[in-house]
Amino acid sequence: MTEKLHGFVEKLKERDASWVENVVEALGEVTVHVPRVGILEACYFLRDEHDFDLLADLCGGDRGPEEDPRFEVNYHLFSTVHYQRLRLKVLLSEDDPKVDSVTDVWRTADWHERETYDLLGVKFEGHEDLRRILLPSDFDGHALRKDYPLRGYEPYSMN
Amino acid sequence: MATAVENLQTGVDVMDSALESQMTLSMGPQHPSTHGVLRLDLRLDGELVIKAIPDIGYLHTGMEKLFEYKKYQQGIVITDRMDYLNPLGNNLAYVMAAEKLLGLEIPERAQVIRVLMCELQRIASHMVWFGTSCLDMGAMTPFWFTFKEREKILNIIESASGGRMTPSYFRIGGLMMDLPAGFENRVKQFLEGFPDALNTFDTLITGNTIWQSRTQGIGVISKEDAIDWGLTGPSLRGSGVGLDLRRANPYTGYETYDFDVPVENDGDVWSRFLVRMRELRESHKIVKQALERLKPGPIKADAPKVVLPDRDDMRKHMDSLIHHFLIVAEGFNVPAGEVYHAIEASKGELGVYMKSNGGPKPERVHFRGPSFVNLSALPVMAEGEMIADVVAIIGSLDIVLGEIDR
Repeated sequence: MTEKLHGFVEKLKERDASWVENVVEALGEVTVHVPRVGILEACYFLRDEHDFDLLADLCGGDRGPEEDPRFEVNYHLFSTVHYQRLRLKVLLSEDDPKVDSVTDVWRTADWHERETYDLLGVKFEGHEDLRRILLPSDFDGHALRKDYPLRGYEPYSMN
Repeated sequence: MATAVENLQTGVDVMDSALESQMTLSMGPQHPSTHGVLRLDLRLDGELVIKAIPDIGYLHTGMEKLFEYKKYQQGIVITDRMDYLNPLGNNLAYVMAAEKLLGLEIPERAQVIRVLMCELQRIASHMVWFGTSCLDMGAMTPFWFTFKEREKILNIIESASGGRMTPSYFRIGGLMMDLPAGFENRVKQFLEGFPDALNTFDTLITGNTIWQSRTQGIGVISKEDAIDWGLTGPSLRGSGVGLDLRRANPYTGYETYDFDVPVENDGDVWSRFLVRMRELRESHKIVKQALERLKPGPIKADAPKVVLPDRDDMRKHMDSLIHHFLIVAEGFNVPAGEVYHAIEASKGELGVYMKSNGGPKPERVHFRGPSFVNLSALPVMAEGEMIADVVAIIGSLDIVLGEIDR
């Protein structure tokens, strides 16, 4: 079932071996770990050469303050041509949670990246309008981080 | 000073003239046509929308954070409250993601019931869309008819699950409980009356020239833009892309049902309207087929450590009682891993990204809500249109703020 996906991974490797750090196959899904320097180019390549024209989802994750690299950004690619799904994963360290924005590749990444920035504090370089989206603009901290308490630090007041 | 419409006709740069007469209008968050608490920052030149900036987050309740503190089976309740017009769809996406991680096999009867309930829910969701989007544009009558049909479906869902808008009917490994006596007759009764209701809607609205002139050529988004902006569901199919996840990545046996995927090519409000109207007939077809396939059988997977045992078993078997206690008190461990599972919800692709580190609580649950993504494309459709058309466009996107803000 995942042979086709491995074909795309091979093509990625052929084009630039440094784009593919690691390939994980589990539960019928293929995840490609991409170093953050290569993510933008790899996305362009997959969109233009292999019809991954729809970015289904982009979401971040916090692996916990004790982990290094601490943050991850998942790109769920989908194709409206061959209906395959591929996940790209970028790992980011806590001191420098920055990655290139893919808003130029898929416009839909705009709000997804703003959400990831809002809730996890991952910065997307090249994003034109990287503001908070779900939480108020004066909110302190990033709520989805593992070290942020469930009930926050103090009651939030809008003033 | 030339009016906005004249500027459009004569080709004067809209942005230039806006410098003289620009006005900012805050539409919402309490505007009735925003279907919840959406605020639109509209830059206007007269009645012409130059820029539309959606502002969301008014309903943000930190659901994704909450998932991390709740056991897997407790998370189902949270999903009900996301897209509250399509709660069974949310349940399905969530439980299927967990089932994928656990590697559970779901029995045939449970699969058929899931399809049946989801399609009924899709009809109910489309009923709300149809009623409210007409209401927004000043047509009040259809609303009473659609809510009558929706009421019948909510009664059916209530009879099976006990909840009308928050059913939590699908559980990890199967269903909460089997269908009640008389369920099939209720569904049959609904199915018999529904085609007539659809014909009434068509007479009231579809053939109505006022409706057509309000919707045709309004809020156009091209095929390429629609894909680029990540539109899915009826909003994408209105732009000429025949993508339906029930066909593209079939789940719960959708590949075995006979139904069509309606597609329209114009990408305007009218196209999206037609797609949804035709989808209602397709869902009606699927429910009919599912009802025929309903055969007696188990409704829960054979996984005693994950699925709650039947009451009867608990009275007779010690191990069932122990399993029940452990599942309720401590939950069940889910093998470490990550999945992304997407279903075709009533509004588009509803994806769940779930990551487990082996414990009874997920490490990360992320919902890719179709309303969230579809709304992000609103500026493309609204800019250059009249302010009254913005209402029509929001209606045609069928958004639910509960899912957008989570």
